Amino acid sequence: MSRKSPVTAARRTLIWLGVIFAALALTLGGGTMWGEASWTPKLALDLEGGTQMILAPKVQGGGEEITQEQLDQAVSIIRQRVDGSGVSEAEITTQSGRNVVVSLPGIPDSDTRDLIQASAQMEFRPVLMRAPAPAAETPTPKDQLTTPTAKPTNGSDLNWVTPELQQKFEKLDCTDPKALEPAAEPADPDKPMISCEPDTGSKYILGPVAVPGTDIESADFGLRSNSQGQTLNEWAVNIDFNGDGTEKFKEVTTRLYSFGQQDPRNQFAIVLDGTVISAPTTNAVIPDGKPSISGSFTEDSAAALAEQLKYGALPISFEIQSEQQISATLGADQLRLGLISGVIGLALVAVYSMFQYRMLGLVTIVSLVVAGVLTYLAIAILGWTQNYRLSLAGVAGLIVAIGQTADSFIVYFERIRDELRDGRNMVSAVENGWRRAKQTVLASKAVNLLAAVVLFFVAVGSVRGFAFTLGLTAIADLIVVFLFTHPTMQLLAKTKFFGGGHRWSGLDPSLLDVVPIYRGAGRLREPSTAAVDANKGRAGAKPISARNKPASKEAERRLTIAERRKAEGAEPNVYAGSDSAPKEENN
Amino acid sequence: MSATSKFATFGNELYTGKRSYPFVGKRKLWYWIAAIAVLASILIPIAKGGFNLGIEFRGGSEFTVSSVENTEVSIGEEAISGVNTGAEPTVTNIAPNTMRIQMDRLNDDQTLQVKENLIDAYGVTQDEVTSNYIGPTWGQDVSGKAITGFFVFVFLGAVLMALYFRTWKMSLAAMVGLFVVMFVTAGIYSLSNFEVTPSAVIGFLTILSYSLYDTVVVFDKVRENTEDVDVSTKRSFAEQVNLAINQTLVRSINTSVVAVLPVASVLFIGALLLGAGTLRDLSLALFVGIIVGTLSTVFIAAPLYAGLRLREPDIKRQSKRVNNRRRNEDGLAGNGAVV
Repeated sequence: MSRKSPVTAARRTLIWLGVIFAALALTLGGGTMWGEASWTPKLALDLEGGTQMILAPKVQGGGEEITQEQLDQAVSIIRQRVDGSGVSEAEITTQSGRNVVVSLPGIPDSDTRDLIQASAQMEFRPVLMRAPAPAAETPTPKDQLTTPTAKPTNGSDLNWVTPELQQKFEKLDCTDPKALEPAAEPADPDKPMISCEPDTGSKYILGPVAVPGTDIESADFGLRSNSQGQTLNEWAVNIDFNGDGTEKFKEVTTRLYSFGQQDPRNQFAIVLDGTVISAPTTNAVIPDGKPSISGSFTEDSAAALAEQLKYGALPISFEIQSEQQISATLGADQLRLGLISGVIGLALVAVYSMFQYRMLGLVTIVSLVVAGVLTYLAIAILGWTQNYRLSLAGVAGLIVAIGQTADSFIVYFERIRDELRDGRNMVSAVENGWRRAKQTVLASKAVNLLAAVVLFFVAVGSVRGFAFTLGLTAIADLIVVFLFTHPTMQLLAKTKFFGGGHRWSGLDPSLLDVVPIYRGAGRLREPSTAAVDANKGRAGAKPISARNKPASKEAERRLTIAERRKAEGAEPNVYAGSDSAPKEENN
Repeated sequence: MSATSKFATFGNELYTGKRSYPFVGKRKLWYWIAAIAVLASILIPIAKGGFNLGIEFRGGSEFTVSSVENTEVSIGEEAISGVNTGAEPTVTNIAPNTMRIQMDRLNDDQTLQVKENLIDAYGVTQDEVTSNYIGPTWGQDVSGKAITGFFVFVFLGAVLMALYFRTWKMSLAAMVGLFVVMFVTAGIYSLSNFEVTPSAVIGFLTILSYSLYDTVVVFDKVRENTEDVDVSTKRSFAEQVNLAINQTLVRSINTSVVAVLPVASVLFIGALLLGAGTLRDLSLALFVGIIVGTLSTVFIAAPLYAGLRLREPDIKRQSKRVNNRRRNEDGLAGNGAVV
């Protein structure tokens, strides 16, 4: 870069910025046209309205710690329940390895809330009747409905099937998503129930619970081996029951096995949360409590079933720890006022920058706008690809970032001014000032990023959004200051207005005392052409105007011995000979 | 225009050392002020019996009614007295057309009933009443996390600074500055009885970032000025540090103003029109913290760094050399110290 002329380098850098912008805009534009993306960022619950619940999991009947795996499993179960209840766009996440956060648009009714809080019920029930997916059959005439003739003696007894139950069973259409809605009340374990198997669309009448899920000790999956111990290319899920479970499972398989393969009553159903997740047939009596389920499993589906079974061993219920209902009107108000105050804040910053830095303030404002557009595009794209949603805290983060972004420019401009004060011309002041400012900006942005990352990882709830935008804007700031502000300054340094130090440029040499008035041991030099000669060759230094003279006279008048010594001390010594080597090597 | 000129002149004079504030020279005084401020910040909350904790820490139910025509507090109180809650409600008008009602935690039925009553009493629609109930552990979770975050950030920040500046003394000075900021901001919170909410706690964490950021910028200049101090006899180490603080003073002022302006805008517009909420709580903490953070860098962190280094033999020797040179050069000037 040093061998290239600053102007060439600046143009090249600006082209890179253009490329980044084009890439982001095209990504988002393409996403909008062909994908799910939208030009506006996605809004979080607090701005869009809805309900956020923070749930603390509770292990039923024991103080066991909940592992992250179980929590993840719980999240997927809650997601199934919420999706099943017809709520779209629910967001369910875990928080700090302990809580589950459920965010729903709108206000959930008490059924939905009960559903979310309920523990997952896993149970093994014997199948009484089964029917395949389509429900277009004609209902059985009333007089032909089976009527219980006696009190049922065991779980597979068809006497469980009452006419009402059979009619309900016949009406049930398991291909209708409505039928898959989880019931608000968990089914009574001592009574029969009807249920769907979402994977196949089959429907069942099931007997009372034969073995509860809590009797599962553990579950895993692997390749099945045959009786000779050879490993077959077939995935199987292995269950390990505890003592009680072993007894019960032995009893139920003995009964079911006796029905023969053609009878639906040979099957038992594994029911999770009221739906059948698997309904294997019984091929043998299992006396040791270690059944193995095989069939058309893939590795993934076997793993999934094993996970669900494990979860069944530890039923977790949830307690609502905090519930927040946010009305869309309040959120919209907050967003509107937040944005208004952001714009006012930005305007104040603009006015202050213009006041302090004159036309350089304009560079600050344009840079802030560029940073803003960059951040906006990034948020919109993240909303599309990562489902990032802008929350009110995120908006606060963006507003706070205005100040921190503007600070990079202030550090840079002050450096340029310092270099000008040392007597450099504009072009080299921009180059040298940048070299020093760059380092400071990088170090300080590292602190910002560190804070954002720490905040993000320890964050609770809405704080994440805040931390995220803080981090995002720190990166956007770096991009802008490197790829926009600096090259712009390089180009501006070449213009007559800035390079020439126009009085409105904010870099007016006379304002900055560019020409050292005191030189050497208290010798007073006329601020005239001689001084300008010293700067000759470094193009652009403005001859001292008449305007500067009174200032120097004034300074002369105020000169005391102590001041003279101070002035002497401040003279080039440390920054020896403005273009000399030691300073350059400090970088 | 003339003000700008003056400010530029001010900057020039600070840069050349013509005008200089004794940040390092008077450091003992700043330490005392900071020590008293920190002590007061610890004693005030104790004397007052703690902070004004938000509902998130105490636990309870909160209702917000928006688009209210008549903002009489009594309307809300009467509406709730109909429900047998046993809880004493606090009804406040938090913003134009907006009421907030806080009370001890209600159960689901009570919540619904209170909500119904509020809808009737204030003549608003279902959408305009929001309810919010929070277990007392929620706030503790947040503050527990914040404390973890605080230590993680302080540790990583200290390591980062020590590595970047290659001296643990800068890192230590910066951390002391950081603690002053934390305590004093907390003290101001307690003194002014601002409500401590999770958003405010997060604001605190952000202040840490801002404060350290500010310190890095000033320390960068300090490092630059003191890089070859051992071979120079122009200024003593303390004088160089002081010059660096003075030279970055304009930047510090500009930065704080620019950082505070948007925050203040959110704070005042938010507080005026919105009342309590995420925006106000965050910006309140930031507003206080940014100002305290800048002051702490200039008056505590940087002078403390100079103070830490002044005990080093090399620095002592250098200081002696500077004094000797000065005495030799101008025997006539008696009061020689610049700092």
